[in-house]
Amino acid sequence: MTNHWTDIKNADVILIMGGNAAEAHPCGFKWVTEAKAKNKARLVVVDPRFTRSAALADLYAPIRTGTDIAFLGGVIHYLITSNKVHLDYIKSYTDMSYLVKEEFAFADGFFSGYDAEKRKYDKSTWEYQIGEDGYVRTDPSLENPRCVWNLMKAHFSRYTPEVVENICGTPKDKFLQVAELLASTHTPDRVMTMLYALGWTQHSVGSQIIRTAAMVQLLLGNIGRAGGGVNALRGHSNIQGLTDLGLLSNLLPGYMTLPGEKETDYEQYIARRAPKPMRPGQLSYWQNYGKFHVSLMKAWYGAAATKENNWAFDYLPKLDKTYDVLQVFELMHQGKMNGYVAQGFNPLNSFPNKAKVGAALGKLKYLVIIDPLATETSEFWQNYGEFNDVDPAKIQTTVFRLPSTCFAEEDGAIINSGRWMQWHWKGAEPPGEAKSDPEIMAGIFLRLKEMYKKDGGAFPDPILNLTWAHKVPFEPSPEELAKEYNGKTLADQTDPKDPTKVLKKAGELLDGFAQLKDDGSTACGCWIFSGAWTEKGNMMARRDNADPYHNGQTLGWAFAWPANRRILYNRAAADPAGKPWDPKRKQVWWDAAGGKWVGSDVPDFKVDSAPEDGMGPFIMNPEGIARFFARNMMNEGPFPEHYEPFETPIGVNPMHRNNPKATSNPAARVFKGDMEAFGTAKEFPYAATTYRLTEHFHYWTKHVESNAIIQPEQFVEIGEALAAEKGIKAGDKVKVSSNRGYIKAVAVVTKRIKPLKVDGKTVHHVGIPLHWGFKGVAKNGFITNTLTPFVGDGNTQTPEFKSFLVNVEKA
Amino acid sequence: MQLSRRQFFKVAAGGLTGSSLVAMGFSPTAALAEVRTFKLARTTETRNTCPYCSVGCGIIMYSLGDRAKNAHAEIIHIEGDPDHPVNRGTLCPKGAGLLDFVHSKNRLKYPEVREPGSKEWKRIGWDEAFGRIAKLMKEDRDANFVARNAEGVTVNRWLTTGFLAASASSNESGYITHKVVRSLGMLAFDNQARV
Repeated sequence: MTNHWTDIKNADVILIMGGNAAEAHPCGFKWVTEAKAKNKARLVVVDPRFTRSAALADLYAPIRTGTDIAFLGGVIHYLITSNKVHLDYIKSYTDMSYLVKEEFAFADGFFSGYDAEKRKYDKSTWEYQIGEDGYVRTDPSLENPRCVWNLMKAHFSRYTPEVVENICGTPKDKFLQVAELLASTHTPDRVMTMLYALGWTQHSVGSQIIRTAAMVQLLLGNIGRAGGGVNALRGHSNIQGLTDLGLLSNLLPGYMTLPGEKETDYEQYIARRAPKPMRPGQLSYWQNYGKFHVSLMKAWYGAAATKENNWAFDYLPKLDKTYDVLQVFELMHQGKMNGYVAQGFNPLNSFPNKAKVGAALGKLKYLVIIDPLATETSEFWQNYGEFNDVDPAKIQTTVFRLPSTCFAEEDGAIINSGRWMQWHWKGAEPPGEAKSDPEIMAGIFLRLKEMYKKDGGAFPDPILNLTWAHKVPFEPSPEELAKEYNGKTLADQTDPKDPTKVLKKAGELLDGFAQLKDDGSTACGCWIFSGAWTEKGNMMARRDNADPYHNGQTLGWAFAWPANRRILYNRAAADPAGKPWDPKRKQVWWDAAGGKWVGSDVPDFKVDSAPEDGMGPFIMNPEGIARFFARNMMNEGPFPEHYEPFETPIGVNPMHRNNPKATSNPAARVFKGDMEAFGTAKEFPYAATTYRLTEHFHYWTKHVESNAIIQPEQFVEIGEALAAEKGIKAGDKVKVSSNRGYIKAVAVVTKRIKPLKVDGKTVHHVGIPLHWGFKGVAKNGFITNTLTPFVGDGNTQTPEFKSFLVNVEKA
Repeated sequence: MQLSRRQFFKVAAGGLTGSSLVAMGFSPTAALAEVRTFKLARTTETRNTCPYCSVGCGIIMYSLGDRAKNAHAEIIHIEGDPDHPVNRGTLCPKGAGLLDFVHSKNRLKYPEVREPGSKEWKRIGWDEAFGRIAKLMKEDRDANFVARNAEGVTVNRWLTTGFLAASASSNESGYITHKVVRSLGMLAFDNQARV
């Protein structure tokens, strides 16, 4: 979230799209209700199903799954053509006046530089024009046809309300009602928040859907403001933290990135990630990358990371490509992986095409499961009849299953969607011999280290030199680890103005990331978390819920990264002169007398940079502003374009009827064999989407008795029209099949899903809850991801769980 | 006059209505509140955070035992933390069932191994588990570690074993996991952010 849960109460309009907060995030949704009750806010829900969020909406619009870019593109078209944009905001805070290279073009569904063979773009034309002074050329008059504003206007001119209706199946009048309500927040005194979840991310164009949303929010001037923002409601309790800590193939902690194998030169590796400002007077905060990186390497490798060895640059593995889960299971399926460890993760249920995932696991030599619960993955080799029809004798994988503690049995911090790092305390011992994750990691690692020390082996240096300053080496304590990611000084830090004055003694905990150095005198395991555990104590354990400004910022509750800041980009809550856009909604503002930025939140800005200096509010971008034109940062283009899901119920992209190669995301990666496993509407005519129920959490609560009682049995949801067509009654057992397999479940016949008219055809949706499996105390069921396609978003490789094709018949 | 919950219901079932109980000089609400005190009086409160979705609701866990070293704590009740600025004491149907998650009969208790081709689990000790896993990892790493790529560039990567990190484990678990995984040179590394 750019903002946070309590802040939702500050909104005038709330759009829930690509999510269903009332059921999936009930206690956060209460702030939607609060905004409606106390702030006269209007709630808009756009969803293929009439969800419980929709039931509380002031306005509900149906949409065909996977067509959100067309819908939001239509909103952009509406805002521009009706002149309902926050002009003062976008003029100062976005790239609208920047000039784009003459060679950049869009035609026939492709942006310039497409290579159909490789399914990839050469992105060299997707860039600004650079002037002789080395800065981006701009045209504040907006007359130049190559300025972002004019290119954007032309791009979205095609997304008329009629096109939206034809692609999305949303009736034109409904769409216009939504657009009008959203547009009402273009004035400085009104703000809209957008809440989304996996309903936006789990598409082959997921990242571009979210970009389109961000563009709408920028046009309306709603980013950086209380009650505004683009807010991802993360699915799990600490997936925010684990992402922040960089537990992904290509990341390092704090959104730093691993070097690629072509980046052999250390200086070049740093320089590329520390961009110089692209406009005069901009901060470009990533220029400090070197400080974050060197401090990380000092935290991990201590004395072994020296200036001479480029801070142990060779210890870091170099990427030839990204090994996301789809890539890894593809390799496993090809028999190219030998071992796999799943820590609190149930891939057999969680990844697409269960048959492929199960077969892949069976090709491993060893599999290690670390989990509090008996997961399906841990028993992928066991025969569970129709639910998992395998022959154990033929599966040669050695499987270890290690019991871990759950939340109640450990101390530590997890991070909610609003970036709050909240500390929790242990209340009981774990059952049996279960150990905590740090103990298990220590148990494996220390044995490996011992063997490498004794017997040697492949490149033992990083293993032997990894810092391990734990009082009990086999039991690294959460306190020790939290202090390590917060960071500390390794040498006395003196005042640059007076070197005789020691500001911080060697070994003291850091107050924040501004104190990091690139000379090896500081160590910090995750720069964005710096400030979480200082010499003053554990900031994450703070419990002062005071809210002096009555805007829900509660700066004394826990610690929000970065720097305890509650709303990101909050400099944009003030106008270019430093005054709040809305005097009733004061967040941060320029205090001319004091010569600094002050407010109810921690300013997201250089605190002493006066408004007349002209520094932009988006300090992490080298431009200092927010981008409508994404330059080369997205794989399928600098502007979002509608592409159909890989399994499309209409078989054609109505935006590009004559170019079949532009039907679905032209830059999404599809493995050989998976393309062939896509189904067509002829055999599988219905648009399917997976979702969660309010009574269950992912694949955990089927192990929980109370949840198993209130929602015991697997079902699928179909509309009354489709049920009548198929002769299916409520309670009938139905078989739902895709080109990859089938599940059987009870039919719930509902008014909540209505057929949509799309491109001249009738499209029915089938809703498939995902919570069942063959382990648990609920009734055993089929793994929903038996049905889903093995293809991901073109940038993040998040699987396309939300749009695929199925057939439904009576079982 | 003091009534336990059971006694109160017995009395009520005997034909007395709540109002007549009050008329007789004792309040049923006081009696019920009394029972509530009894239930929790012997417990220890511990603050925690709901481990399900990302709202991060504050919870209070009530356990038997007083944190003495020789007392075995057992959690008997979990409810929302009224001081928490987001959930203000409320919990959803998921969070309200947390006690049954802690005590689920499907909680794993001991390290186990399933040998190749076998149909069953075999209980093993932690030493054996760690030792065997470390040995398998080392064998694979030593055999397949790529120190240099085809162009002779130092890449120091290990691609034949992968690691999936969790979605609800703590930052501290995540941090130490990342540290260990990268020190081994692994790139096939992911968490649940995508799914």
